[in-house]
Amino acid sequence: MTTLLSAAILFALACVLLGMALCTLRLMIGPSAQDRVLALDTLWMCTMLLALLLGIRYASEVYFEAALIIALLGFVSTIALAKFLMRGEVIE
Amino acid sequence: MKRWLPAPLLSASLLLVWLLLNQSLAPAHWLLGGALALIVPLLARPLQAYGQARIRRPLALVRLLGFSAIEIVRSCFAVSQIILLRRSADVNSQFIRIPLDLRSPHGLALLSCLINSTPGTVWVELSPDSHELLLHVFDLQDEQWWVETIKTRYEQPIIEVFETPRANNQGENA
Amino acid sequence: MSMADTLPWWAAIAIACLLVLGGLMTLIGTLGLARLQSFYRRIHGPAITVTLGTACILVASMLYFTVTQSRLVIHELLIGVFVLMTAPVVAMLIMRAAVYREQRNFSRTSAMDDDRPQP
Repeated sequence: MTTLLSAAILFALACVLLGMALCTLRLMIGPSAQDRVLALDTLWMCTMLLALLLGIRYASEVYFEAALIIALLGFVSTIALAKFLMRGEVIE
Repeated sequence: MKRWLPAPLLSASLLLVWLLLNQSLAPAHWLLGGALALIVPLLARPLQAYGQARIRRPLALVRLLGFSAIEIVRSCFAVSQIILLRRSADVNSQFIRIPLDLRSPHGLALLSCLINSTPGTVWVELSPDSHELLLHVFDLQDEQWWVETIKTRYEQPIIEVFETPRANNQGENA
Repeated sequence: MSMADTLPWWAAIAIACLLVLGGLMTLIGTLGLARLQSFYRRIHGPAITVTLGTACILVASMLYFTVTQSRLVIHELLIGVFVLMTAPVVAMLIMRAAVYREQRNFSRTSAMDDDRPQP
């Protein structure tokens, strides 16, 4: 059973890492600024999932706090960027 | 009671968040969390422009959330099928307009969260004068079906939950 | 992976299924982001990652820690609630920013024209 679980964890880690690579690709080639912001937001999400998966892999709960903080920071930064795209300034 | 505990639901959820974050049911955490749950709603009250939401029918809310959870999972698989199998140019993604009868700001917030959480639909904007919702649909097959689904499956229950019939009439007259 | 030795078989199978499904959903969502053509199509891809991918991995994490530590570990619910509440806001803001910029840049053609299927 342990081998099954570690294989599943490795598979999920590979999927998330590949997803992060695709996000980075879109972040670099994205023709417009909103494409890049969307890619950056998805990259935050994938990073959070990566932290959770590492937490399962190493059976450690410290990664939970990292994932929570990544989720918080990702939301705030994406909101600021989207606001900037719309108005050209963050604080009016 | 009303003065010290203006938002019982908000207070209860704050206490729950505190206990979950600390992962403990020790008396000290109950005390600290209780203090937070008392103080934060009092401090946050000026921030709420539209006041407290009043949930009139909790059962209808639960049923609505359950329905939309099923809908989210279903459309997840539908959208991933399209992403995997179809050529990008064949995907017929369109903007559609839906006239809304819902006026309560809390209800509109809930509706936009539910619509945006469902893969395949993104809420773009609500025109302030005519109350028409501009919605972007990933793969549009039948525009009438979307309008009817949003109106009957989502909007109708939300009106039941958040609006009294009287408030609804006032909104239409205004 | 020392604690995983004590995992009963049903928990291991359930966690493995959830992890595989969550990983696949995450990958499909980002694949949609990378390969679809216009921005308005791309924005629907990450929604899969955010909803089903995150939900599966969070439930797997909850199940794993609850079984291995033989106590209720459900603080992952906090991330779930937070993501469910914020992801729609993010999607709506990016969409509105995109429509607004589109209208500002090409004020002659409306935002609707961009998404017509190519002939």
